[in-house]
Amino acid sequence: MLIVNFVKHLHSFDLIVDFQAKSEVLGILGPSGCGKSMTLKCIAGIEKPDSGYIELDGVVLFDSVKNINLSPQDRHMGYLFQHYALFPTMTVEQNLLAGIRPENTENKMSEVRQIITTMKLVGLENKKPDQLSGGQKQRVALGRILLNKPKILMLDEPLSALDQYLKWQVQLELVELFERWQKTVLLVSHNREEIFQLCDTVSVLTKGVNEAKQTVEELFNAPQSLSAGVLAGCRNFSKIEIIDLSQGLFKAHDWGVTLHSSKLTPGSRYCGAYSHNFEVTNKISGNSAVAENLIPVSCLYRFGKGVTESLVCSTPGGSNGHSVLYLELRPVEGGITDKDEPFQVSIPPQDLIFFNS
Amino acid sequence: MIFPQMDWFPLLNSLRVAIISTVVIFFSGIYAAWHIAKLPHLFKGILDVILTLPLVLPPTVVGFFLLKMLGPYSAIGSFLINTANTRLVMEWYSAIFASVVVAFPLMYRTARGAFESFDPDLQYAGQTLGMPNWKIFWKIVVPTCKQGILAGTVLAFARALGEYGATSMISGYTPGRTATISTTVYQLWRTGDDAQAYLWVLINIAISCVVLFAINSLEAKNSTKHPVRDLERS
Repeated sequence: MLIVNFVKHLHSFDLIVDFQAKSEVLGILGPSGCGKSMTLKCIAGIEKPDSGYIELDGVVLFDSVKNINLSPQDRHMGYLFQHYALFPTMTVEQNLLAGIRPENTENKMSEVRQIITTMKLVGLENKKPDQLSGGQKQRVALGRILLNKPKILMLDEPLSALDQYLKWQVQLELVELFERWQKTVLLVSHNREEIFQLCDTVSVLTKGVNEAKQTVEELFNAPQSLSAGVLAGCRNFSKIEIIDLSQGLFKAHDWGVTLHSSKLTPGSRYCGAYSHNFEVTNKISGNSAVAENLIPVSCLYRFGKGVTESLVCSTPGGSNGHSVLYLELRPVEGGITDKDEPFQVSIPPQDLIFFNS
Repeated sequence: MIFPQMDWFPLLNSLRVAIISTVVIFFSGIYAAWHIAKLPHLFKGILDVILTLPLVLPPTVVGFFLLKMLGPYSAIGSFLINTANTRLVMEWYSAIFASVVVAFPLMYRTARGAFESFDPDLQYAGQTLGMPNWKIFWKIVVPTCKQGILAGTVLAFARALGEYGATSMISGYTPGRTATISTTVYQLWRTGDDAQAYLWVLINIAISCVVLFAINSLEAKNSTKHPVRDLERS
């Protein structure tokens, strides 16, 4: 059990972090410069928070009231740095040996041999880090951490420094590792894919403050704030005005239309929708535009000839803040061939997301 | 034949002064560089000026300060004469003070440059793995910054070997006791002994060439270190 609750003054904002983690893979999702890496550094003891409390498995690591601040050496945290931090003058084997703590030196060679096998590093023992690929470097760094027998794993953007085609492989390796590990993993990233693919739970960190922990599915389906929505990958937002709460009726100002959804709550101030949830519709049925959640749009730009086509469309919202809609459509679905012809899209009521802030 | 009757003392004296000075500078320079590289901007600026000053000051000014600090009428100097009957100036080892002060900035600045480009994550990684800080410094930081530290050491050694101004003031020129190559050349020129002077000049040039070759080969090694760094070998 990891308990984290601290404040750290940074140059332009205060970092306020508060969460607990059990045997789970907890992701911290936030934009660049939001304090993610600083959070890990504070937990690892590399940086000292200005006040607060950090506890791991009943051991107090930091307590500003009781003036406790364990050194990074005494915290037993497995920290995977973004660029792996392999020691450049040492070979793979020497790097792995450096992971063994002074108190566990008996059997060290057999432990290193074993980790070389499990981390698929056979044949690379005498290579220097700059002779390795990104994936190999990460396996060496993880091997070095595992030999250190840490109490938790902390990973700083483990997939970001890798080429696209390596990501798949490394992702599988990490998933396998997490299954064997069975203890807390803390993973920070600015990339939602990384979080969605590797984590069980997630806490969004924006403007230096972290939101309550939720499952990854919850973040995707019901982000807690506009900025969490942006991080979850939602691209379309509108300020709203509630017309009739009982019928779920509201005016979406930015899009210039009236829509409905039973998910509307009294405190809702904004709505959002994922690009892929819009459907092109040619229906002119008896139902009103409101009942169908129709939005008349004109295409401004389109790009992408792959599986999905991306469209940027104008809405009746005119020049309001987020009046442009970003749509991802399967080309066959819509059959929109003429760029200049206005058309209609609908958004299913259950796919609308509402935000209070 | 000049060689058989040649007095090799200046070479030996210069070498021992330069070697001892380099050892002192190596450790003090690395120590200062490591700690100053991590200081906040203002303190760093002030300390940097103080420690680099001997590089740009005329060596005679350094010599003047050293004589005032270590001479027989100074606090330290008179104390040592009274208690240990040892004087700090006009001895062969006095030249060490001069060459340490004058050559220190070369080591300090080169090492600091290397430390400033050192990736702090390597240090943090060592710490989270439980390595003691001294081990991180000597096993990770110093080897990683090896090029800069070696270059600084070679430069400092060369400067210490060639020190003249402050050395002649604090050590003087006593043949067979305090003479160094540079003070000997000056003395030989003054007495018109061109043949001997040329010989020492050639020796000096030879040593300097070796030093410069050493620096160049270090730099060449550095620049060809990653010929295929960007090749993916997964």
